[in-house]
Amino acid sequence: MASAPKPRIKVPKTAKAGEVIVIKTLISHKMETGLAKDSDGNPIPREIINKFTCEFNGQPVYSTDLEPAISANPFFEFNAKVNESGTFKFTWVDDDGSIYEAEQDIVVE
Amino acid sequence: MILTRRQALALSAGAAAFVATGLRSGPVLADPAAAEKRIMEFTGGKTPEAGKITLTAPEIAENGNTVPVSVSVDSAMSGDDMVDSVLIVAEGNPNPAVATFHFTAFSGAATAGTRMRLAKTQKVIAIAKMSDGSVFMDQKEVKVTIGGCGG
Repeated sequence: MASAPKPRIKVPKTAKAGEVIVIKTLISHKMETGLAKDSDGNPIPREIINKFTCEFNGQPVYSTDLEPAISANPFFEFNAKVNESGTFKFTWVDDDGSIYEAEQDIVVE
Repeated sequence: MILTRRQALALSAGAAAFVATGLRSGPVLADPAAAEKRIMEFTGGKTPEAGKITLTAPEIAENGNTVPVSVSVDSAMSGDDMVDSVLIVAEGNPNPAVATFHFTAFSGAATAGTRMRLAKTQKVIAIAKMSDGSVFMDQKEVKVTIGGCGG
């Protein structure tokens, strides 16, 4: 990768107990499909993020298996039910084995 | 030959477009049978019924590189009424699988959205697998003006 993928996440700062919140995430990554060719006609090897997971206080909330058909800079929108204050942890797994992580706290009133 | 700034810009834009087109001419091996096979792998051989799941995708996608897609499954997401996972398949793509969303009791609601690539105009299918093993599907025809991978 030319530059390290940068995750961006959007989680509400506060929520009511038991509320179902919307979480949006985006990470900069070109998601090379392995089908494209470079200017010399050589195939560009596949390099995508193949797994995304979201955990809340260590409990799995949501995950996605990604295929090359996911657009560059993969975006996800999903829900989470929060009963207590805590931390959301987001993990992206790259084909090359790199792991990108981000965390966000939420306060339940 | 002296180029004005306007001409120079037009030339470089044209060149960039040409290179981009060249890059995109990969193999297109669309295969509905492969899509069918992938769906059967996911459902464990069951034929999905219509209902419960709603797939939202644009009728016309101007750019096949980023097509917004979202799914929503009618489920209480608690007790026995849970959605285990949802598979998205694009029938006309070189590799039909797009993504699999996995839900848990902490998901609260079985809705998810992402952006996908579509190689050409085709049928997009979403299949939901419930925790009791039953499977449901929904499909949408998406017209693609500019293909997203190899178009």
